[in-house]
Amino acid sequence: MAAEGKTIDALSQFELAPALGPIGASVNFTQSNLFMLIAAGLILALMHYGMRPAAVVPGRLQALAETFHEFARNLVVEQVGPEGRRFFPFVFTLFMFILFGNMLGLLPFAFTFTSHIAVTFTLAMIVFVLITVVAVSLHGKKFLGYFFPEGAPIWLAPIIIPVEIVSYLSRPVSLSIRLFANMVAGHVMLKVFATFVVLLGGLGAVGPFIAVLPLAVNVALVGFEVLVAFLQAYVFAILTCIYLHDAVHLH
Amino acid sequence: MEVAAAKALGAGIAVIALFGVGLGIGNIFSTLIATVGRNPAARDSVFPIGILGFALTEAVALFALLIAFLILFA
Repeated sequence: MAAEGKTIDALSQFELAPALGPIGASVNFTQSNLFMLIAAGLILALMHYGMRPAAVVPGRLQALAETFHEFARNLVVEQVGPEGRRFFPFVFTLFMFILFGNMLGLLPFAFTFTSHIAVTFTLAMIVFVLITVVAVSLHGKKFLGYFFPEGAPIWLAPIIIPVEIVSYLSRPVSLSIRLFANMVAGHVMLKVFATFVVLLGGLGAVGPFIAVLPLAVNVALVGFEVLVAFLQAYVFAILTCIYLHDAVHLH
Repeated sequence: MEVAAAKALGAGIAVIALFGVGLGIGNIFSTLIATVGRNPAARDSVFPIGILGFALTEAVALFALLIAFLILFA
């Protein structure tokens, strides 16, 4: 693994460090928090300055803002149904926050806050608590019927009910680990191939020529990561919508 | 057995799950292509479901990868 004492150090990019000097250090303000603030600020700026002209024929920024808005609105209406429109602000916020977090992480020297399980699990728990509260407040006691579908033979109950409960409780876990693992795996892969470039580059006269290969792989990987960054934000939002559909309609 | 060797072997065994994931993703896209080929009009409604299935299947691969990383580095 090592050449001339250099090793592949793929995981140190996820370490937290205090940001904003001594003030940040005293309140444990890390670069993860900094990038969350940047993402939130960028989303607000896009929505504010993009929609300010409110022109019939949109400019570039306005078209971008409207595309995101329409995309999320279609997602909610198609998955949850027309009565799910009141959940649109929640899903839209979640989608934009994760999308901007993933995309910001791809910039050089940036930090991906969605690569920390603490962040993604918090987001998933917000979704989980929301769907449970919505289901209980809409259906009351009938919500318990969710764990035993109507028409199933009663002697299957000892099998079906535990399975349904486990699958319900595993939702936040799978939701958070999917996003977190995708981001971590992508960034580790980029780092590993970037290290190959450095290691091969220091390998004598032919080294730099061979080092072009991992560099080309890395260029392709960055393109793939942009796709993954969008896809994971989309998957998180669409799964939230599917869970909301279950909560509103109970199967 | 030495611990380092056992760790490397364990990480290798953990990613055997990719066998099933490869089958699954191939299956999803072959069915998607067949569906769009038979009925091109269904493309818009079928494509998001296919992508969702791909992402859900890929997550299994990432769970396995995560376990491999945990064995190797944690």
